[in-house]
Amino acid sequence: MRPSASQNWLLDAPDWIQNGPQWLNDIGYDIYKSFIFDNRYQMYLKGLGNTLLLTFLALLIGVLLGVVVSLIRVSWDKNHTEMHGPGKMALGFLNGVARVYLTVIRGTPMVVQLMIMYFVVFATSRNKIMVGALSFGINSGAYVAEIIRGGIMSIDQGQMEAGRSLGFGYVSTMRYIILPQAFKATLPTLANEFIVLLKETAVAGYVGLADITYAGNIIGGNCYDYLFPLLMSALIYLVLVMFFTFLVGRLERRLRNSER
Amino acid sequence: MSDEYIIQATGLQKHFDGGGIKALDGVTASIRKGEVVVVIGPSGSGKSTFLRCLNLLEVPTAGQILFEGVDITDKKTDINLHRQKMGMVFQHFNLFPHMTILKNMTLAPVKLLKKSPSEAEKQAMTLLERVGLADRAGAYPSQLSGGQKQRIAIVRALCMNPQVMLFDEPTSALDPEMVGEVLEVMKSLAKQGMTMVVVTHEMGFAREMADRVIFMAEGKIVEEDIPEAIFSAPKQQRTKDFLAKVL
Repeated sequence: MRPSASQNWLLDAPDWIQNGPQWLNDIGYDIYKSFIFDNRYQMYLKGLGNTLLLTFLALLIGVLLGVVVSLIRVSWDKNHTEMHGPGKMALGFLNGVARVYLTVIRGTPMVVQLMIMYFVVFATSRNKIMVGALSFGINSGAYVAEIIRGGIMSIDQGQMEAGRSLGFGYVSTMRYIILPQAFKATLPTLANEFIVLLKETAVAGYVGLADITYAGNIIGGNCYDYLFPLLMSALIYLVLVMFFTFLVGRLERRLRNSER
Repeated sequence: MSDEYIIQATGLQKHFDGGGIKALDGVTASIRKGEVVVVIGPSGSGKSTFLRCLNLLEVPTAGQILFEGVDITDKKTDINLHRQKMGMVFQHFNLFPHMTILKNMTLAPVKLLKKSPSEAEKQAMTLLERVGLADRAGAYPSQLSGGQKQRIAIVRALCMNPQVMLFDEPTSALDPEMVGEVLEVMKSLAKQGMTMVVVTHEMGFAREMADRVIFMAEGKIVEEDIPEAIFSAPKQQRTKDFLAKVL
């Protein structure tokens, strides 16, 4: 009753494994069917590609959305007492939208949001990567927004005053003076959010998007043995996370050096 | 000093906490072109609030401010354009920590006055040489001492070629041995004919450099006169009490 991999296994395996002890034989066979048979390793590679693509697109959307939403929230909080007329109404409206967005997105599970997007909102679209990136990006944006808002609030009020006293408007002061500092201050937290996002994309399989987790799951099912396929999926995530943690650490050090 | 007024403030009121606190309670004062006006007074007297109202960092609750004849308290006035002509120096320097000294100085001229970077840098270097910090052009603010930071803050404001310079307690956050170097820069600026409004506790500077001293208490101007008159023969009891404590 073994899968067809068993026939090929004896033909492809090198002699020293075939003639070795039984346990080595067993492991060799497990590895063979998990990665080599049927070119299954290609599924992990494809999954890796999809996970990375999904994460980067979502990151892009998330940061853009996060910056916009945090700016709306901060501008409203700091200025609404001194504003008048239609400007105040417009900003107040945007602030309301931003608050609803933050509450709904942070108050519901990612998987549910993803399924609503894929099966309801974009029911006609079969572009899983785009729908996935949008869902994860919208989700991540809510967390990024609160991180950046915290960063902006941590910048000394004197920086805004210095910018304004030179003649910069509120928006230009934000752009040239406050945001660069806020980004720098929140970089470790943003990087952490990115790593959380990378791992969170593991639920993309719920809508059939073939990412790393999906590959491990499918292959495990195909060979009636989940050990190596799932370990491989976990290992890929681990290596990715360690690699990005290393990159962020270097970036942080470089930013810090620029001030010394 | 000419007779032409550059700033005319009339009936300034500033209330905080919905009127509970009156930081400014009807301040009327005018600054002539080329005049050095020093504002003194106990803490909480509203002198910093008054100064910050002049470039609308603090929006007055009531009253009017004319800058070069234009009502900047009018909502329709583009305050950003007028602020370009009013340099401000803060107690805590407020240099931009993520930029080099040179970038701190050239950012506003390049972005707002549309100067070319090389032109702005040339002007910045000339000013840096004047305050003896040309060799620190590539440094970051965190690498400088307090006195150096404040000198940079002054020349950063000067890079915009302002018509008037506002100083908000520029030496209050400095170690005592660094006060002198900052006052020197301010003195040379005054001698060049710059219009200056200075909020300070440095009575020596007020006595030596001021054309006029304003004494404030409880949100009002109590007394104003030439420094000799204020320091030697104050007319108001409130002024006498204050000077007795600080001199």
